[in-house]
Amino acid sequence: MDKNKRKAYLINTACIISLYLVFFILIQTKVMNKYFIGIAILTCIMIIMAMSLNIVAGFLGEMALGHAGFMAIGAYSSAYFSIALINTGIALPNIVVLILAMIVGGIVTGLVGFLIGTPTLRLRGDYLGIVTIGFSEIIRIFFINFAPTGGAAGLKGITKLVNFNNIYWITIIIIILIFTFGRSKQGRAIISIREDEIASEAAGIPTTRYKVLAFTISSFFAGMGGALYAHYQAFVEPSKFTFMFSIEMFVIVVLGGLGSLTGSIIAAIVLTVLPEMLRGFAEYRLLVYSLALVVMMIFRPQGMLGRSEFSLTKFIDSFFLRKDMKNSIGGGEAQ
Amino acid sequence: MTVLSAKNITMQFGGLTAVDQFNLELDANELVGLIGPNGAGKTTIFNMLTGVYVPTSGDIILNNESILKKSPHDIVKLGASRTFQNIRLFKDLTALENVKIAYHNYINYNMIQGMFRTRKFWTEEKKAHEECVKLLDIFDMGEYAETLAKNLPYGQQRKLEIARALASEPKVLMLDEPAAGMNPAETAELMETIHFIRNKFDITVLLIEHDMKLVMGICERILVVDYGKTIAEGTPDEILKNPEVIRAYLGN
Repeated sequence: MDKNKRKAYLINTACIISLYLVFFILIQTKVMNKYFIGIAILTCIMIIMAMSLNIVAGFLGEMALGHAGFMAIGAYSSAYFSIALINTGIALPNIVVLILAMIVGGIVTGLVGFLIGTPTLRLRGDYLGIVTIGFSEIIRIFFINFAPTGGAAGLKGITKLVNFNNIYWITIIIIILIFTFGRSKQGRAIISIREDEIASEAAGIPTTRYKVLAFTISSFFAGMGGALYAHYQAFVEPSKFTFMFSIEMFVIVVLGGLGSLTGSIIAAIVLTVLPEMLRGFAEYRLLVYSLALVVMMIFRPQGMLGRSEFSLTKFIDSFFLRKDMKNSIGGGEAQ
Repeated sequence: MTVLSAKNITMQFGGLTAVDQFNLELDANELVGLIGPNGAGKTTIFNMLTGVYVPTSGDIILNNESILKKSPHDIVKLGASRTFQNIRLFKDLTALENVKIAYHNYINYNMIQGMFRTRKFWTEEKKAHEECVKLLDIFDMGEYAETLAKNLPYGQQRKLEIARALASEPKVLMLDEPAAGMNPAETAELMETIHFIRNKFDITVLLIEHDMKLVMGICERILVVDYGKTIAEGTPDEILKNPEVIRAYLGN
């Protein structure tokens, strides 16, 4: 690890902690009421969902429109698990139950993703998009008709385990894991498939295996997002996980920039907070929201950040650089 | 010692026989050219040798192992890598990343180690970084390491593709028209590069080329194909005088 990397780590850690402290103070001083905390928690969940979708849509470059289905599997399986675990009467701290439930949700969803991905990833582009829509609908219809998880009425009796404190840190950890995944040799291999599949195969990358891996990892994290959702709402119903919800996540990823994880984070924040902020406009709310999307796509079709990542260190550096430049220009004039 | 051999390989697309009973023997450290008029089946031969197509009949043996049922990435692992006629770089990645991707099979850490960035991750990544920078330096491309592949000049893109093919440490390197679209000065430089890598990495080079100056200049042995059949084989001088070759190129 060289000096620059260490500096970058330090800056980012400091930023994460100070952001947490800001929220902590806001919540303690009651500036942020329950409503705002709710939005913040939902934003965290949407960040996880968008980032996990970005692994397939951005890194792998494939159209996956069935993320709501994966989220549903994660939500149901983790909720089912946590209810059973709490019913056994073993006294565990809430956070342990939550983490176990998330892991169960993630693994179950990852497995389903693996099973769906293996046959479907032979398809490309629009075709894959349509197949994933199909699977997501199958999952939704399955839960509507599946009695053990409450059917259409939904699954009740989930203990609410998520609060802002734990979801903030969980989100940070997941963000870091997806980041490091993207920059490992596996992530590079997946990105090379997006760039040119034939060349990637010719460079010795087992493309089929890495496509399935990307799909599995993506659904794993989507399952974790679903688990958090279930344990925040304390109630899951199938009608939440519709096609439109998948589209909403896809819009976030496209708006942030396909392949840009920081873009996904920013877009998830904007697109979750914006509709809430617009509640004052009542019936014009969706109009403004859609208009924002249209304008965005006309002027920045590659998304907010394109494929590049926002780097805090670079941002700070450029800030100082600009100052230096101004100084030198100023100095030049003085002479 | 024979590194790569093709025995009577035939490729049929429906009723069309693109390659008919083609034979090839490549010895270690040889530099062989494969020429022929347009549509003679040269690229089809390449695609069979690299596993993109499976021959209709015949057998291909690389390092004493049949590669007929192997996928392209397995063949790369066995020691044969290639470049493409129309450059296929990972355009939105840097030159260094392009090379690192091909170095993939020599980086040893698993996904969990990569995600949690264990010590193994750092040492392996450092090793990969050094090796890939070294490779770029051999091609005098060190200064372009952080440049996006799409922003490189054309000649450098060609070179980068060769560097990428070499990153998987092959025993046989197959170049599909490496000089396509190059000016005479660039072609001359490329000839030197090919000669140099053959000696430096101690590999066998098989190249398809239309630029006769390049082929005649560096190849020790030339195979001429026409309509999917080998019509001549020999040293450059022999090929130049061969009436069959003249007829294939110029007609009767």
